Amino acid sequence: MKPPKFRYHAPSSQAEALDLLNAYGDEAVVLSGGQSLIPMLNLRLARPAEVIDLGSVGGMDLIVTEPDAVSVGARVTHRQMEADPDIARHLPMARDAAGFIGFRAIRNRGTVGGSVAHADPSAEWPVVLLALDGSVDLRSKSGARCLGGDDFFQTVFTTGRQADELVVSVRFASRFADNWGFSEFQRRTGDFAVVVAAVACAAGSGGIGEARVALAGVADRPVRCPEAEEALIATEDPQAVAEVARDAFDPVGDSHGSTAHRKQLVYAQVLRAAGEALARRDKGRPDG
Amino acid sequence: MVEIAVEVNGRAETAEVDGRMLLSDFLRGVLGLTGTHVGCEHGYCGSCTVLVDGASARSCLMLAAQANGSSVRTVEGLADGEELSSIQQAFKDCHGLQCGFCTPGLLMTVTEIAAEVASTPSRHQIREQLAGNLCRCTGYHQIVDAVEQALDQAAGGGR
Repeated sequence: MKPPKFRYHAPSSQAEALDLLNAYGDEAVVLSGGQSLIPMLNLRLARPAEVIDLGSVGGMDLIVTEPDAVSVGARVTHRQMEADPDIARHLPMARDAAGFIGFRAIRNRGTVGGSVAHADPSAEWPVVLLALDGSVDLRSKSGARCLGGDDFFQTVFTTGRQADELVVSVRFASRFADNWGFSEFQRRTGDFAVVVAAVACAAGSGGIGEARVALAGVADRPVRCPEAEEALIATEDPQAVAEVARDAFDPVGDSHGSTAHRKQLVYAQVLRAAGEALARRDKGRPDG
Repeated sequence: MVEIAVEVNGRAETAEVDGRMLLSDFLRGVLGLTGTHVGCEHGYCGSCTVLVDGASARSCLMLAAQANGSSVRTVEGLADGEELSSIQQAFKDCHGLQCGFCTPGLLMTVTEIAAEVASTPSRHQIREQLAGNLCRCTGYHQIVDAVEQALDQAAGGGR
């Protein structure tokens, strides 16, 4: 099928894009890489009056290393995340997660900001953002603000972004670079994930000081599992953590998997991701 | 309407297109380059894959307007006159096609991989790389044969 009729705008600066968003609000959608939006247009699941293409807006595809985080411009592609040396060094989880997104041609064009703003509950960037204590930088004509993952992701395809706001960058904390695990189950290479587990931890005095266990595929948005995080700190045992995570959710079954199947997948993915995180931690220890 | 200027297979093209026109429809309907095939029109089958500034892209998941200022390469741009590219030749040699519907997309995907490849990947890796190009005829065995031959040449510098 073909996209419905809309007015196409190609602003050449961020200021111009914000003016358009300010003028059209809910009537407009933002086109970044288009790898989710254009299928939705083709299938007529979206019928916006105005499409604002960021393709000519410069400066939004930069990866900037900060003292304790990496700021990723909204138009950075999944492919850039896979290949960038700073991402490999500071956000290795993000590099690995990028490889699970769709196919090569999709990763060439799809963007981090687009995926985050789209907020598909099974997508990779939202769950990685939660695991890596990330945040979303929003800008509008009247100002700028930053939302943490818990506030940004509200429900299926729904975020805390206001209609006149643009996602300009996404920030991920880099303190988990040596203690992380990521495990995704998809039915075929390139398919949407059924369940994703992303585990990140940081050392404290005498053990794990901070643990983050984030899951996709168990709810209407990516979620953290505080019970599993406590279990990880208390036990340092991947199996115990996986059991707690499995028992913490009753995901709604659908054609991709029943509730029981999804719970089993949560167990398996958390077991792997927590196991990887602990194995990396042990490898990094002087006596490890 | 949107004015666009695109280089397609080395030729400068300018056109006035509807904002909603897909790149696949621009290539096929406006330029008459019907080698780019349109299967699912939502990014899954890979038949419409072209190279945009050297990177593979689904032409059904791009507006023609988004290609403004870019260089696009389609399957028509692979052969040099009557001489097939080494990848096309490998598909011919290995019987890597039957009906031919998926072939243009596969050729463009493999053309991108061949430009980056440093050593011949395993057959499993080839299958993973081709996961975004569906073929309903061959069962993939001969496609993997063809890609193995083509990437072996590419890795050896014999493109």
